[in-house]
Amino acid sequence: MRRRLYEITGRALLYGCAAVTASLLLFFIGYILFRGIGGISWRFLSTAESVINGTVGILPAIKNTVFIIVVSLMVSLPLGVGAAVYLTEYARNRRFVAAIEFASETLAGIPSIIYALVGVIIFCTALKLQKTLLAGSLTLVIMILPTIIRSTQESLKTVPQSYREGALGLGSGKWHMIRTVVLPSSVDGIVTGCILAVGRVVGESAVLMYTAGMSMAMQSFSLDRVAGASGATLTVALYHYAKENADFSVAFSIATILLILTVIINFSASFLGRKLKRS
Amino acid sequence: MQVLFTLCGLVAVGFVLLITVYLVISGIPAIREIGLFRFLFGKTWAAGQDQYGILPLILTSIYGTAGAIVIGVPIGFFTAVFLAKAAPKWLANLLRPAVSLLAGIPSVVYGLVGMCVLVPALRGWLRLPAGDSLLAAILVLAVMILPSIISLSETALEAVPREYEEASLALGATKLETYFRISAPAAKSGIAAAVVLGIGRAIGEAMAIMMVAGNVANMPALTQSVRFLTTGIAIELNYSQDGSLQRQALFSIGLVLFLFIMLINAFLNLVLKREKEG
Repeated sequence: MRRRLYEITGRALLYGCAAVTASLLLFFIGYILFRGIGGISWRFLSTAESVINGTVGILPAIKNTVFIIVVSLMVSLPLGVGAAVYLTEYARNRRFVAAIEFASETLAGIPSIIYALVGVIIFCTALKLQKTLLAGSLTLVIMILPTIIRSTQESLKTVPQSYREGALGLGSGKWHMIRTVVLPSSVDGIVTGCILAVGRVVGESAVLMYTAGMSMAMQSFSLDRVAGASGATLTVALYHYAKENADFSVAFSIATILLILTVIINFSASFLGRKLKRS
Repeated sequence: MQVLFTLCGLVAVGFVLLITVYLVISGIPAIREIGLFRFLFGKTWAAGQDQYGILPLILTSIYGTAGAIVIGVPIGFFTAVFLAKAAPKWLANLLRPAVSLLAGIPSVVYGLVGMCVLVPALRGWLRLPAGDSLLAAILVLAVMILPSIISLSETALEAVPREYEEASLALGATKLETYFRISAPAAKSGIAAAVVLGIGRAIGEAMAIMMVAGNVANMPALTQSVRFLTTGIAIELNYSQDGSLQRQALFSIGLVLFLFIMLINAFLNLVLKREKEG
């Protein structure tokens, strides 16, 4: 009898909790699409907000997001790949490796509001960048570094030792071997790392709200003005519309776009990850 | 070349040192001026009257995180057991990517849905004057930590050697008894790591709860409007004067939060190391 009871409650808990999770998911995604998809049109995506015409557009936010992704990856990618190469190819000193890995784990565990503070203290104030897209991008460089280090490192580890020995045996130098043999065969992992990093940048809001500004106006990205450009990314724009304008239909439309971007990012990352595992 | 790569490796270490040093340097002055005891245990935070006590913020962060764990961990754990052991393959293959989608959704989206669905619902059900409350924040946090708890616990459960389960089944235990009495205990350190990671996530989240918690620095109560450590920083960072005591006090909150997070991370590393060795 007791055993039967155990069986029944156990089963109820298992299926019940799984059902809760599944219905939560369905409701969440369904609700966002339901309220947001109607507001998305070509004009919404391709213009800036215009008070005169009474129209809403998020092109500036899209451009700002792309700018931040590009700049932060441009800095973080070489640093992260370099660190991973050092860790897997060059490092001899075990203490050194432990210190770098610990640092990277620590960076990964720091919440974004702390990064926001650090960005405000270091980039906006100490380096006098003010609240600009540049300051935001540089703060995000620190934030996505561990992501890139980790996935590059994982894929470097899967490169067979025999490749390295073959290249060295044919008389290649170490740097030549890394450049022509090791890095090309781990490009999948590096790209996966970039995609995950893009995901973090797209989803980030706290850091950018305080370091990159909240303006919804179109920014100039010409070379002489770019250092002064400041504005909202998609997530910050969502916050702005929801909390400060109480314009929920626009907020849900942005949420829908973010949802679609997340789906694309997740699928491409897991597709590449699976390809990596197979090889 | 080697020097260049070594430098790249050291950059990560440099960043950690930089963050720590800057947070300590910026966080100390306000604590000095206010007094450590009055800062940590003062019960009122009112920037207008120069009162900076963060006890309500600390307690709210602790209660909020605890609440999210109490709700999120059981649901996450049972879902993970379901996914790893009991679910038919097609269903698991459908649910798994959905859970990882949930993990990737930006936190402002959670905040938005919380604001538009949860807050009005709580106001109606509990007959509150306003639905923005600790309870709303706890529920949002519980949903947000769910994906990391599910995926980490599932990985741990799947790593349990098949022989353990087969032996248990052969001895006459039912499938369910095997899941709960053999598989789950064998995966316990992985599940513990999932819980600690969830705690870290919950205590560090700012934007989503800023949209549903009301942000008044009350002592925590379930139906009250509350302010967390994270939202305490977030809500005033844009409005405080550069160099003012208020802004410096925000940096001090950041330092306190940073110490909390480092403690949790150290604990997580300990759990993970034990798992590697065990």
